[in-house]
Amino acid sequence: MNWDSFAAFIDMGGRGAFVWGSYGVTLALIVAELWALSRRRRDTLHRLLRLQQLDTDRSAT
Amino acid sequence: MNLFKFSSPQTFYSLAGTLAPVFGVIAAVLATVGLYISFFAAPTDAVQGEVYRIIFIHVPAAWMSMVIYLAMAFWSAIGLGLGTRLSFYMAKALAPTGALFCFLALWTGALWGRPTWGTYWAWDARMTSQLLLLFLYFGHIALTNAIEDARRADKAGAIIALVGAVNIPIIYFSVKWWNTLHQGSSINLTKSSMASTMLIGMLIMALAAWAYSIAVTLVRVRSIILERERRTDWAAAEIRLQGAKA
Amino acid sequence: MNNAFIAVLRRDLLLAWRSRADLLVALSFFVVVASLFPFGVGSDPDQLRAIGPGVVWVAALLATLLALPRMFSQDFDSGVLEQLLLSQEPPVAWVSAKIAAHWLSTGLPLVVVSPLLALMYGLEPGAIKVLALALLIGTPILSLIGAIGAALTLGLRGAGSLLALLVLPLMVPVLIFGAGSVDAWASGIGLRAHLLLMGGGLFAALALAPSASAAALRITMD
Repeated sequence: MNWDSFAAFIDMGGRGAFVWGSYGVTLALIVAELWALSRRRRDTLHRLLRLQQLDTDRSAT
Repeated sequence: MNLFKFSSPQTFYSLAGTLAPVFGVIAAVLATVGLYISFFAAPTDAVQGEVYRIIFIHVPAAWMSMVIYLAMAFWSAIGLGLGTRLSFYMAKALAPTGALFCFLALWTGALWGRPTWGTYWAWDARMTSQLLLLFLYFGHIALTNAIEDARRADKAGAIIALVGAVNIPIIYFSVKWWNTLHQGSSINLTKSSMASTMLIGMLIMALAAWAYSIAVTLVRVRSIILERERRTDWAAAEIRLQGAKA
Repeated sequence: MNNAFIAVLRRDLLLAWRSRADLLVALSFFVVVASLFPFGVGSDPDQLRAIGPGVVWVAALLATLLALPRMFSQDFDSGVLEQLLLSQEPPVAWVSAKIAAHWLSTGLPLVVVSPLLALMYGLEPGAIKVLALALLIGTPILSLIGAIGAALTLGLRGAGSLLALLVLPLMVPVLIFGAGSVDAWASGIGLRAHLLLMGGGLFAALALAPSASAAALRITMD
């Protein structure tokens, strides 16, 4: 076990800002990408459904 | 097994839907194991102390950024050569994730370099090529987004991906050459005899990055397929079905 | 030599001559950009001599970039490009001719003017010759790489900045060897390696870029 306490784990031998700055930004960007992906799928479906309805409306008249 | 069967967007759409969660779970499991090794199993480095633990994301991110660009070039070549629409969709789906990893490699490299070599940035061959690779990703994404006609965007993106892939080795060697002539910033990445736990941790994190990239790309390509194939009967039916739920 | 190559080359050069005011703009841009640097970095002669080759190269690169959209856009607007694509002539021949004409009308003037700028930066006569020679080999590569980008971005909104984003990273090796050749000559390492590598780059670009540009044009006009 590398760490005596949680505080030592956060401190990373005095380099906490660099280590957690790296891991934090990585995590944040991955979360952002996953969020953007799920939104993209939802938006695409909404938009394509709407387009489809417009098409059927037009062919009905 | 008939590989051509999977080159039909319809078949691939459902295949991707099945495989994406599988790779997502694999990525999560590998990342958990890898992070455990990174922080708890791997010992403190004798020379660099704790800050070396950035290596567990830095190196996989750098590898991934190059692998994804090569994959984009591969799909682009297949697309231009065989005229398979799906190949272009794959290339387009890969680009944002590649750019993400490319940026992460630069970011974590800067944060690693500062405490270790005393500088966030040096005009070192690897860093500089990585930066140019990020620009190539930006160029590809910007070009494919700027072209309204989807067929033209596909092929234009494919050409620039291939031109970029041809240029990456040239860029790397020229930057290396330039760097050895200007001896100002020589950073030596001589590994301080990496412990095998470190190596294993790094490999597991790299595999996690692979699985993550595959999962994310498959999800993204599904949206692209629906968008581009919306005039076909099967896609129209899928849009009606899923759109009502979403 | 192919007839289509000669015909298109002659026609493009004639057109370039008729709109020579445009070409002067790109050339003035080159001179103005290169003259700006001393105002930013100070007028210390030693420093200026050190950055001179790099500044002239970056300015040449930007001036080439500025002129690139014109390579195909006029013929695209007037429909000539479409006719050329529909004709029986091999696209590589006339695309090469257009690139050659573009280089002769925009790249070559940069090479000719570069000694003046080099003088302003206090380069020695020997270094000035090396710089001009490197530009002579390097600027055609810039035109060749640029042609691919110009063909891909033809007719797009914001084509200029998109073109810069696409081709500037690809031009970095030319910049490195071009500006580096002066340093190599000055430090006594010798020019051979730099010039050979740039020559090799020029042949590779000559072999690949015209067909890539032709493919890009066909995609654009589809």
